[in-house]
Amino acid sequence: MSHHTHAPSADHGHHGEHALPFWRKYIFSVDHKVIGVQYTVTSLLFLFFGFCLIMLLRWQLAYPGQPLPLIGQFFPETQMISGIMLPEFYYQLGAMHGTIMIFLGIVPLAVGGFGNYVLPLQIGAPDMAFPKLNMMSYWLFFIGGVIMLASFFVPGGAAQSGWTSYPPLSNIAPPGQTWWLVGMAFLINSSLLGSVNFIVTIVQLRADGLSFFRLPFFVWAQFVTSFLLLLAFPPLMAASVLQLMDRVAHTSFFMPTGLVVNDQLAQVSGGGHPVLWQHLFWFLAHPEVYVLILPAMGIVSEIIACNTRKPLYGYKALVYASIFLGFMSFIVWAHHMFLTDMGITMSAFFQVTTMIISIPSVIILTTLVLSLWGGSIRFTTPMLFALAFLPMFGIGGLTGLPLGLTASDVHLHDTYYVIGHFHYVVAPGTIFALFAGVYHWFPKVTGRRMNETLGKIHFFFSFIFMNCVFMPMFIQGLAGVLRRMYDPMQYAHAQPVQPLNEFISVSAWLLGLAQIPFIINFFGSIWRGKKVENDNPWQATTLEWTAPTPPPHGNFAHPPVVYRGPYEYSVPNARQDYTPQTAKEVL
Amino acid sequence: MDKYYGWGLPIDISTHGHAIDRLINLLHVFMIVMFVGWFAFFIIALVRFRQRPGHKASYETKHFKAPTYLEIGVAVFEIVLLAGFSMPVWTALKTALPDKSKAVQVRVIAQQFAWNIHYPGPDGVFGKTDPKLIDASNPIGLDRASASAADDIVTVNQLNVPVSAPVLVQLSSKDVIHSFSLQVMRIKQDAIPGQSIPVWFEAKKTGQFEIACAQLCGLGHYRMRGFFNVQEQEDFQKWLAEQAPKA
Repeated sequence: MSHHTHAPSADHGHHGEHALPFWRKYIFSVDHKVIGVQYTVTSLLFLFFGFCLIMLLRWQLAYPGQPLPLIGQFFPETQMISGIMLPEFYYQLGAMHGTIMIFLGIVPLAVGGFGNYVLPLQIGAPDMAFPKLNMMSYWLFFIGGVIMLASFFVPGGAAQSGWTSYPPLSNIAPPGQTWWLVGMAFLINSSLLGSVNFIVTIVQLRADGLSFFRLPFFVWAQFVTSFLLLLAFPPLMAASVLQLMDRVAHTSFFMPTGLVVNDQLAQVSGGGHPVLWQHLFWFLAHPEVYVLILPAMGIVSEIIACNTRKPLYGYKALVYASIFLGFMSFIVWAHHMFLTDMGITMSAFFQVTTMIISIPSVIILTTLVLSLWGGSIRFTTPMLFALAFLPMFGIGGLTGLPLGLTASDVHLHDTYYVIGHFHYVVAPGTIFALFAGVYHWFPKVTGRRMNETLGKIHFFFSFIFMNCVFMPMFIQGLAGVLRRMYDPMQYAHAQPVQPLNEFISVSAWLLGLAQIPFIINFFGSIWRGKKVENDNPWQATTLEWTAPTPPPHGNFAHPPVVYRGPYEYSVPNARQDYTPQTAKEVL
Repeated sequence: MDKYYGWGLPIDISTHGHAIDRLINLLHVFMIVMFVGWFAFFIIALVRFRQRPGHKASYETKHFKAPTYLEIGVAVFEIVLLAGFSMPVWTALKTALPDKSKAVQVRVIAQQFAWNIHYPGPDGVFGKTDPKLIDASNPIGLDRASASAADDIVTVNQLNVPVSAPVLVQLSSKDVIHSFSLQVMRIKQDAIPGQSIPVWFEAKKTGQFEIACAQLCGLGHYRMRGFFNVQEQEDFQKWLAEQAPKA
């Protein structure tokens, strides 16, 4: 089996004996745990930054044309004039919010952060299969992030053609778009290196006795996610290069003949097609949705099993459903493009696949809810976030139905209904799962617990305000309110529901305040948190909890041997209510 | 215009829109029923199986049959939605185009940030256009010298149509992708440069409404608003006569 292959171990096995210099240990580290923490902290900062962008934008939607009090005066005249936001800045905020939240926030946190830190520990490996590749993956991500941030300062500002960057608009946009494309190239390659590393690690470095069906579901989720990244990102890489060529080398991949911009015949050779970009983009961006959601489901499964003190309901159903979900996610992309005049055969195909992909999602959700039945549920902070994930993801999934059917999509396409739908999936959905993961694994990473009271305050206010932000968007969408409107008062149909914009914006700012307990708790607990009493503070079964706390370079003192499945809780006739995977006999 | 819009769906004045609204309403009833039932189970599970002294988790998993039936039920319902609701409406909208001789024909040419509306005039034939002729006074590059162009009518941001008559729009764009959206008509279609896309509808009711752009098309996207006027047949003819080019 797999245990004969090991990660290059030149650095391993010398725990504490030869001390690495600071910059090798904490900055250019090859240790998966340091890289995991680097990813986690960087992406949490990006999540906060991306959230700040949208909190700014929400001012314009709530109080269009009014000067932004207090901080408005500090913005340059290219962005705000005496505190009044310009359309240029509004569209930069929108495009960069989406880009940063997805590519610099959630994916690097869910995959780079949790995947890197937890996955090798959960499979009993000393490190990732390719530690140096791992380091390179983080630094490519970091450079991509810096490029994205720097693009705000180039003439004309950051990208402003939406996070989807549809040409020809993006082809004729200011230079920030070029920076966006270059930044994306770094982020894409970072993810590609990471995904190869994850796949090889899972296949090659599992501990003795850890067969595929003894893997924790979190590892399965990361496994499927890695295949999605590996197979879906290359088309976007190609598309980015093509768009870059259109912009800098004046090719016409996405530019049709006879384009007239500003009453001037555009100087392009023509013959290209703008919809080609959309196909290439959504061929990535739909699997990307599952890249966002699968690791979240993995985290939630671990936390639910541990805090119900019983095995998951239908572990194999979870695994098969997520593999099927992975396959299907490659053939639903054009449901984002129903209005591009595809033929009815094509739209019929993509409607059918879209309905089919809802089935594994329902199976996963149902399995997790049924897992609660018969448990002994501990309402810890990570469990609260994991539980809240379920109904929030449920709402996100259900509201996808009217968008997946062409007849109802025609009214709801490009409205706030879409924004409400996908935010329910990724904001109160995935981000809640990520918070759950932070609270759950924090004691393993630091040796200290996060404060439960602050955690619960963080949870309840986040839960309330998340719903206050996104639920009214469905009402706006049904009323026909369109996305990406700098001035929400332009259209008669949008005016009756304008009070909702104010309500949403105030809720969003309060949601921002609700993150303060988390920030205090996160940084405070690193130094002041209550020390854990042993290596396994949650009485969990999986391998990461048998490693020392915090795990040293090389992880385990002895290579662990696995004797049982991942969720052996409340085994009959056992003295304690959990039986670790490494236990030879039931304790 | 207030009476047309509120907190629910906008008023529907099209002949096909009731089917779309019916599907949207049906889906929302389904979603609410699913969510409430499911959420009730969730809450009962949380209360009943909370950790407390004397309560133990059970290792053996109770096997539920209901989810399997529910899953099959959902799948069947989705087939009904697809075959019974969505596809027939969509097929009618995309393929059952009205006969050109009977429909009111109009070209809509989107640009940053306006809707150019082109009527063929009394001869029913669109005049030739050429991108090279485009300038500020001739936004669609109409070649007035060509045979059928002399009587053509071109307006900006003003689309008038007669009530109770099929309208066939040929939709295109000069520069970037826009999306031609008539909420009250339950019509939305991307306008893509390099492509001419047919869109048809028939209004049941007169009134003054809006054309909205639904696809981000640049900094002025938010103000790319047009006027959509559904008139009685006589009023429409009168309006056309007023717009006719002065000889």
